[in-house]
Amino acid sequence: MPKVKMARKSTTVDMTAMCDVAFLLLTFFMLATKFKKNEPIMVKTPSSISQITVPDTSIMLITVDNKDRVFFSIDRKFVSTYNNNEARLALIDGIDQYKGLGLTNNEKVEFQNGASVGQPFSRLKQYLSSSVEQQKVMDAAPDAGIPVDTSADVPTNELAQWIRVARNSNPYLRICIKGDVNTKYPAIDKIISTLGSMKIFRFNFITDLEQVPPGTPAYQLAQEEKKK
Amino acid sequence: MAELDTSGGGHKKGPGVKKGKKLSTRVDLTPMVDLGFLLITFFMYTTTLAKPKTMEINMPYKDPNMKVEDQSKVKESTALTLLLSKGHMVYAYEGIGSDPTKPPELKPANISKSTKALREIILAKKEAVQNLVRSGALGPTDRITVLIKPDTTSTFKDLVDVFDEMTIDDVKVYAKVDITPQDREFIKLTEAGNPQAQ
Repeated sequence: MPKVKMARKSTTVDMTAMCDVAFLLLTFFMLATKFKKNEPIMVKTPSSISQITVPDTSIMLITVDNKDRVFFSIDRKFVSTYNNNEARLALIDGIDQYKGLGLTNNEKVEFQNGASVGQPFSRLKQYLSSSVEQQKVMDAAPDAGIPVDTSADVPTNELAQWIRVARNSNPYLRICIKGDVNTKYPAIDKIISTLGSMKIFRFNFITDLEQVPPGTPAYQLAQEEKKK
Repeated sequence: MAELDTSGGGHKKGPGVKKGKKLSTRVDLTPMVDLGFLLITFFMYTTTLAKPKTMEINMPYKDPNMKVEDQSKVKESTALTLLLSKGHMVYAYEGIGSDPTKPPELKPANISKSTKALREIILAKKEAVQNLVRSGALGPTDRITVLIKPDTTSTFKDLVDVFDEMTIDDVKVYAKVDITPQDREFIKLTEAGNPQAQ
């Protein structure tokens, strides 16, 4: 009997298909990624069963960290009939005029491209003209944060002034409060009272998603929704 | 396949002229795949696909110039008051605590890990109110009203958890109200009688 010779097969595999898949995935992730400027503070939000996602545009974000410091931000994009897409520039212009801070154009652009700001008006100019490292130091300082109290008219409540100017530049802003798990209630209460004294009674809390506990009324409602 | 004619001119290759060796057009794609997956890994780590969720809050309308008779009243029999205190403790009592001479019975519930204990109190009260409606003691439109009174020692998590509990238990009417000194007194009394609850 003749010996059966095993044909020697090449070990090289055609990489074209794999390459295709890799770049397809790469394209997907590249498009799905949104690069944001680093937020100056880390906040761990509490969780709720609410399933409403935060909209992309027209957001006013009031962040309170675990040391009860208040940071303020609005998003750049917003849907409006005027003021082509530069809500943040309009905001800092408004603040500059209102408080007479004398900001330069560079400082305004710095604000426009930045994330949340948590400095009192007295230090805002200095903050915006500082380097990234210096800004980090200023953000970490225990006396950072926008001064806030329970009234709307007193000049010491700088958050109220931020909100007022922001709402002037975009009246459709939705107000979101992002608090940390360990934020003390009085800090949140000050913000709610500030909003209340400006006749704002509807706002949002930003939370993480958690499962609806089974057997509760909300769970039964969700089940009935599914059946329909 | 398109090929480049490099022979130049029109003359034919004579005998003895070696034909150029045909090079394979295949390229080794392995490094390219490596690079592709490296970038995928990077983008996967930096992407946050889960967007944060938001909870809609409606606060009761408040105006310092509002007349007393225009303010909405809460019926004592439908009301459940929750006092949010330190250490993630919630003290619940029935009614609105309007009579300081008769301190209500405060039921403690710890919500640091789960809100189950609080849920039982709320659902029991809900059931009680529904029974009262069925028996005719309350009008058909009456339903459980929860007053949430956070003390200065509570945290944002407590507030969100309790608000969330309202959604979970399908409580339609609830409001955040400022805590009164009277309520603080109630908490103190309960803590004094029940030291391990702290």
